[in-house]
Order: sequence, then structure tokens, then C-alpha cells
Amino acid sequence: MPRLTRYFIKTALLYLALALVLGLLLAARAAFDLPAEFAAFSPVFFHVLMVGWAAQLIFGMLFWMLPKYSKEQPRGNEPLAWSAYILINVGLVLRIIGEPMNTVQAEWNLGWLLVVSAVLQLIGGWAFILTAWSRVKER
Amino acid sequence: MTRLSVWTVRTALLYLGLGFLLGALMLLQKGLPLDPGLLRLLPLHVEFVLLGWTLQLAMGIAFWILPRFSQEPRYGSLRLGWSAYLLLNVGVLCAGTGQWLGISPAVFLLGRLAELLACLCFVLHAWPRVKPTGG
Repeated sequence: MPRLTRYFIKTALLYLALALVLGLLLAARAAFDLPAEFAAFSPVFFHVLMVGWAAQLIFGMLFWMLPKYSKEQPRGNEPLAWSAYILINVGLVLRIIGEPMNTVQAEWNLGWLLVVSAVLQLIGGWAFILTAWSRVKER
Repeated sequence: MTRLSVWTVRTALLYLGLGFLLGALMLLQKGLPLDPGLLRLLPLHVEFVLLGWTLQLAMGIAFWILPRFSQEPRYGSLRLGWSAYLLLNVGVLCAGTGQWLGISPAVFLLGRLAELLACLCFVLHAWPRVKPTGG
């Protein structure tokens, strides 16, 4: 298993655990009438689950299992794939921090965290698509 | 990888790219309000990511990787596979844009019907291939 695949999958497993904790918090809010601010974690919960867990698990598996790009470069453009891993994760962490804080403490003007997060995740996602695209081919 | 898998997986990657773009636009709007209308992209974003990307990728990989038959057609009914591909994409586009633009509910309904038929075609294609290797 390539090193980047191990990074993607282990990071995805960590996000899965975090998503389940957030899901528990959201359920507890409804059950115990906790402060309404907890609801700010709802979009974060979905994105930790879908980007942090599902997409990264898939990216790790695709990087490992898609047909080889060439004999010299079996995994295609590896630096680009590593960039995708870093950009997506930095972007997602900024969102996890920034989105609830921007909702709960609007006067702190942390909207820029979300702007940076959006740009990093977009570039990271597209970088992975570019690396995978060239390996999706007929034999 | 078969041609059907190449088309399905690449289309899934295109939807992923669009899903990231729509998601980034909505997140930008939350951080730097530009146009409140951007938040109305949510149903299109969800449709593209859940069905256009995740479901379609699973179908594309399944077309490729499920056990083959020892005799032709080795990949089973490709007609069913291509029908699933076409119906799913018609469905995602109709259901996604129908919800986003708020046009006639019939468009959304047509989209969901096409998605259901796509899944039916996929199940009929995949069912006999879920078997011990060989044979």
C-alpha cells in the first residue's frame, strides 16, 4: 500500500471518529436541550463525514488501485496527489474551527477562515481529480 | 478497465469537481457575503456529491472489479450497464437543476424516476456477477 494511501485512510479513520463525536453532540443537544449554538456544528458534521471520511477513504483507495499511469510513474503525478492531501486537510481543519466560531462569535470577524478553507479545499479536490483522471483508462 | 467503467468513473470525477466548486462558493458566501443566492446551490451540491460522485463512482468501480464470466460477454450485460450510466446522469441533472431552479416539480420527479431506473438497471447488471470467481 503506497504511503499516501496510508495517510489518506488513517486520516479518514480519524475524521470518522470525530464525525461520530460531533453526531453525538448534535443528538445530545436535542435530547438535553443544550444551547442552540451547538447547531452550528451541523454543517461541520456533514463535511467531516463526507469530505474527511468518505472522500478521503475513496481517494486513498483510488490512489492505490487505479490502473498504473506508466511503468516509470505508476501512481501518476505523486507530488500533485500529496498536494491534494495537504490542501484538503488544512482546508477542512480551518472549516471545523472557523464555521462554528463564525456563527457563534460573529463579532470576531473570522469569515476569512472560511474563505481560505473554501479555496484550499477547492484546489485540493481539483488536484486529486487531475491525478486520478489520467489513470482512469482502458487497458 | 472497461470503456463503461472509464466513462462512469470519469463522469463521477467531473461531478466531484463540480461538487467541490459549488461547496466552495457556498462556504465563500458564509465567510464573505457576496450574493445570498449562492446558498440556494445546496440541493444541487448535495445531488452532485451524493449521486453524481459517490453512487456513480461505486457503480463504475463495480462494473470494473466484480467477478467476470468465463465466457463472453465476460462483463455481463453491457447494455444494462450503459443504460444505468445514462439514466443516472439524466436523473442527477434533472433532479439537481429541478430543485435548484425551482422549476416544475415534474422535472424533479422525472429526475428521481430516472435515478430509480438507473439503480434497477445497475442491480440487474451486477446481480449475476456477484458470484464466486470463475464460472
